[in-house]
Amino acid sequence: MVRTRSFGSISADVCIYFLLGLVTLSTLYPLWYTVAVSFSDSSAVAGGFVTWWPVDFNLAAYHEIVSDHKFYKAFLVSIERVLLGTTISFVITLLMAYPLSKENSLFPGRNIIMWFLVVIMLFNSGLIPWYMTIKSYGMLDSIWALVLPYAVPVFNIILVINYFRGLPKELEEAGLVDGAGPWYLLLNIYLPLSVPVMATVTLFSIVFHWNAFFDGLILMNRPEHYPLQSYVQQLVVNINTTDISSEGLKSLSLLSNKTLNAAKIVVTMLPVLVIYPFLQRYFVHGITLGAVKE
Amino acid sequence: MKNRTFILNYYLMLIPGLVLLILFSVVPMLGVAIAFQDFNSGLGLWRSEWVGLDNFNYMFQLSDSRVIFINTISLAVMKIIANLIVPLVFALLLNEVRKKAFKRFVQTVVYLPHFLSWVILAGILTDMFSYHGLVNQLFGAFGFEPVLFLASNTWFPAILVSSDVWKEFGFNTIIYLAALTGINSSLYEAAAIDGAGRGEQLWHITLPGIRPTIVLLATLSLGNVLNAGFDQIYNMYNPLVYSSSDIIDTYVYRVGLLDVQYGLATAVGLLKSIVSLILIGISYTLASKFANYRIF
Repeated sequence: MVRTRSFGSISADVCIYFLLGLVTLSTLYPLWYTVAVSFSDSSAVAGGFVTWWPVDFNLAAYHEIVSDHKFYKAFLVSIERVLLGTTISFVITLLMAYPLSKENSLFPGRNIIMWFLVVIMLFNSGLIPWYMTIKSYGMLDSIWALVLPYAVPVFNIILVINYFRGLPKELEEAGLVDGAGPWYLLLNIYLPLSVPVMATVTLFSIVFHWNAFFDGLILMNRPEHYPLQSYVQQLVVNINTTDISSEGLKSLSLLSNKTLNAAKIVVTMLPVLVIYPFLQRYFVHGITLGAVKE
Repeated sequence: MKNRTFILNYYLMLIPGLVLLILFSVVPMLGVAIAFQDFNSGLGLWRSEWVGLDNFNYMFQLSDSRVIFINTISLAVMKIIANLIVPLVFALLLNEVRKKAFKRFVQTVVYLPHFLSWVILAGILTDMFSYHGLVNQLFGAFGFEPVLFLASNTWFPAILVSSDVWKEFGFNTIIYLAALTGINSSLYEAAAIDGAGRGEQLWHITLPGIRPTIVLLATLSLGNVLNAGFDQIYNMYNPLVYSSSDIIDTYVYRVGLLDVQYGLATAVGLLKSIVSLILIGISYTLASKFANYRIF
């Protein structure tokens, strides 16, 4: 169909593309700026010469990170946390979602357990009781304190329950006729069919564990047990914000090593950037699954 | 008989999860008893002295309480409103784009900050907004005096709200975009035949088409009126801006874990949790009544 477009419509298009381009740029720029700083010479950064591209390109900051034993240790703690946390929640999510996707008539008690889960998801007992509980279990300074409290991700479980309920019932009935038990049905029929939703919740769980910083700060007393985000919080962000309030704020912000900080930030966000393409394939589906239902 | 073995196995599957929930969610709920005690961590929950509502009375006498309560609500409400409107406008703009590749590129970029932690983003933003940072350099180029953005009680809340929108608007766009694709395209064709321009189509078809989604999101956000964003504020604030940006959650952390006033901190936190639970209850009831929304 050939259509002559009015001048107004074309200029509207130009405005829209320009605005969207500008917003996209403003989203990307702070991240790009940090990358540029991390590859620049520190005196060029302190002088304010870096805006778009690295000035006096060098890898000094990254060399320093590689030889920084504490950073390396924190990176490993984070990896360990992600692996443990994601595996445990994967298993628990699957094990809880399957029985709870049954009707109450097939599984008496199902509705009561559902309400229990919802109340737990919605009521927050607060920071102090939570901290005291974990302390009383003697779990401070243990990796398990960063993993077990999040082992049952109720919201994810509800997503998976909804997904299981949307699968055709005939599949399970066919299995039942063949004499399959519940474990067989879960592992050989439901699990292979739920790749999209399990991928979604697994990726969410990886990002959650990688990004968590606060529990590391309060539950780990020794800095060598900090996960990476807690380490970066203490060594980069906390110092940035205390500088502001101190008397000599102007000189201090010049002295602090912006290049090294930027490099630490880049390395810390790198894993998220690496899994982002996979993440993007699934989360749009995942989020609409949980949010809008007819 | 077969049914009973199935049910038994269902319970077996649930046991690990339920045990973990009891240990890490139910036990802390019992721990809210600290709010009614002069809690001493050496004595523990069972032997600490019970003081009734003393912690709550003390809380209402503190002048801090008023400040943190007002800060929490005003920051949260500003974020809620901005996070409803900006993604909506953005989704409408994106919906007008016909070039698929451009649309996909924009979406890929704007979703990204949602997945980065506030530690990282605060590290980047506090540097950019610092006294010698990029923003002040830009200001300087236009002949303005440098501003202490992060230490100013007028600028800092604005930075909190705008950086929160900056991080989340892309992600919040997803739900609007999903609703926009649900609008019947024959409506647009019919309107075009009747001579309606793009502006008229937007006003008479698109907006009414996604109104239920807007109402639903607005209703559900009621539950967040006391969530002003701990992770963000904790990573960006400093004592100079406490009067404008100290919120319930940051206050509970400082009073409880730094000043070891466990009873007071638990009381403040408990009050917040109860009010939040009531608000969530109201919002879910409204959402299920008017928008037929169910979480399961």
